[in-house]
Amino acid sequence: MRRPIDLTSARPGVFAEKAFVWLCRLGAAIPLTMLAWLLYRVAAAGVHRLSWSFLTDPPSQLDASTAGLGPALLGTLWLIVLTATIALPIGIGAAIYLEEYSRRSKLAGVLELAIANLAGVPSIVYGMLGLGLFVHALAMGETVIAGALTLALLILPIIITSAREALRTVKDGLREAALGLGATRWQCTRQVVLPMALPGILTGAILAIARAIGETAPLVVVGAVAFILYGPDGVDAKYTALPMQIFQWTSNPKRAFLDNAAAGILVLMATLLVINGVAIWLRNRYQSRRS
Amino acid sequence: MKITVKGLRASFGDHEVVKGIDLAVPSRQITAIIGPSGCGKSTFLRCLNRMHELVPGASRAGQVLLDDTDVYADDVDPVLVRRWVGMVFQKPNPFPSMSIKDNVVAGLRLTHRYDRKDAPGVIERALRQAALWDEVKDKLNDPGTSLSGGQQQRLCIARALAVNPDVILLDEPCSALDPIATARIEELLLEIRRDYTMVIVTHNMGQAQRVAEHTAFFLQGELVEFDTTAALFGNPRDPRTADYIAGRFG
Ligand SMILES: Nc1ncnc2c1ncn2[C@@H]1O[C@H](COP(=O)(O)OP(=O)(O)OP(=O)(O)O)[C@@H](O)[C@H]1O
Ligand SMILES: [Mg+2]
Repeated sequence: MRRPIDLTSARPGVFAEKAFVWLCRLGAAIPLTMLAWLLYRVAAAGVHRLSWSFLTDPPSQLDASTAGLGPALLGTLWLIVLTATIALPIGIGAAIYLEEYSRRSKLAGVLELAIANLAGVPSIVYGMLGLGLFVHALAMGETVIAGALTLALLILPIIITSAREALRTVKDGLREAALGLGATRWQCTRQVVLPMALPGILTGAILAIARAIGETAPLVVVGAVAFILYGPDGVDAKYTALPMQIFQWTSNPKRAFLDNAAAGILVLMATLLVINGVAIWLRNRYQSRRS
Repeated sequence: MKITVKGLRASFGDHEVVKGIDLAVPSRQITAIIGPSGCGKSTFLRCLNRMHELVPGASRAGQVLLDDTDVYADDVDPVLVRRWVGMVFQKPNPFPSMSIKDNVVAGLRLTHRYDRKDAPGVIERALRQAALWDEVKDKLNDPGTSLSGGQQQRLCIARALAVNPDVILLDEPCSALDPIATARIEELLLEIRRDYTMVIVTHNMGQAQRVAEHTAFFLQGELVEFDTTAALFGNPRDPRTADYIAGRFG
């Protein structure tokens, strides 16, 4: 006697499966809701302060309605450019060395451990390192270059780790093909491995820089000033940055400055959005060029 | 003799997989290496153009003479060895970011020996030698990875030929291919055999008999027997060879 075919009654475990999927949906919804709520609260408070003069004017201690974040925005732009210029070549170079030149050597193991540990060090500790090394020992003072060097140190482990991931996605068969044709390790890296890993490297690097933009603690320690009327005019200038300015406004006793802080947060988030957008755009561009 | 191997040993860490092999590869002929899986054929082959040392933890002892020069002598640059001794791998591996024609000249480009004026001639000659020209001459700018597996493997052979090597090492070049694609590659090997010295690792007894003048039988890192292909298959001296080619183990 054969069993009748049954395609409709419920399988065991179907309820658990459904419940799990709903749990996952919930997990995905939570960060989105938080972000939407944050944006809503901040926008409600700050959007009326957004204007061209808010972006360019100097801050004021007295009058919230004429205060701007010009110097802070300019300081942040300086920090981005300098930090990227310092951290990218060093970080990508280190990743290339570890992945392409010293794979599985003892030294690479030690370095790997060191980098993993550095990535977990609280940012304020980098601030103290920057203070001791760049501000005092190297006598740079409380300048924008000292701040950028400190931020570069901070994001170096992130850049190295993400660049290594990107290099690892390139198949070994391609390296062997290149080396088997008589290419040197550098020729292989430069012409075969790097072009393929570039989208991943850039994405990681940009995300690391986005992280640096939001950092406040180390900048407080290495002496970004809380109140300044001009943006930096050179690498050795005094400076402030967006998160510093926001922090300063939130601690001002006058309520009107809170709206300025909210508007500052909007500017900071917009900057991050632009940077992340560029990362995604770069990745898509390189990917479509390759396929 | 093009390549003379003397007392070659190779290991991964403590694990010795090539255990003292002496072998002489004749010039401008095809030499086949057969043997059961894991007996060290690929490792042996990769010692011939110093690819073995690229594996972390790999080591080697013994000599490999290319003509009269030991490729492991202190003053020898492994990069230059690989320009004379090219390699075709088991899995076709064209560069995905390059077009068909860029793949052919990739070796020249990589090593900065590329000359724009000569390129079209080099590309056509290599693709003709690799019996691929007629199939791709109208789509040289398509990506190399858009070709079928068999075409990709011939593209890889063209790429190896374009740098004008003396020796070509082929590690199971047909194992990922169907019989028709395999037959095309065998034809092409026979076509070019008077111009290059070739060493081919294969699991296909028929292939060894069809293309190779000499055949070597490896077993557990040792060379059991080396003879003309006709003698090795027709009249093996060692009972282990006889068992292997009769399909009784391995
Ligand atoms: N990268 C590696 N690291 C460690 N051990 C390896 C590595 N490659 C190969 N081996 C070991 O060396 C031995 C010989 O491997 P090899 O690839 O030379 O065999 P083979 O004769 O080519 O086999 P097949 O016919 O399956 O390709 C095997 O035992 C294998 O496990
Ligand atoms: Mg093998």
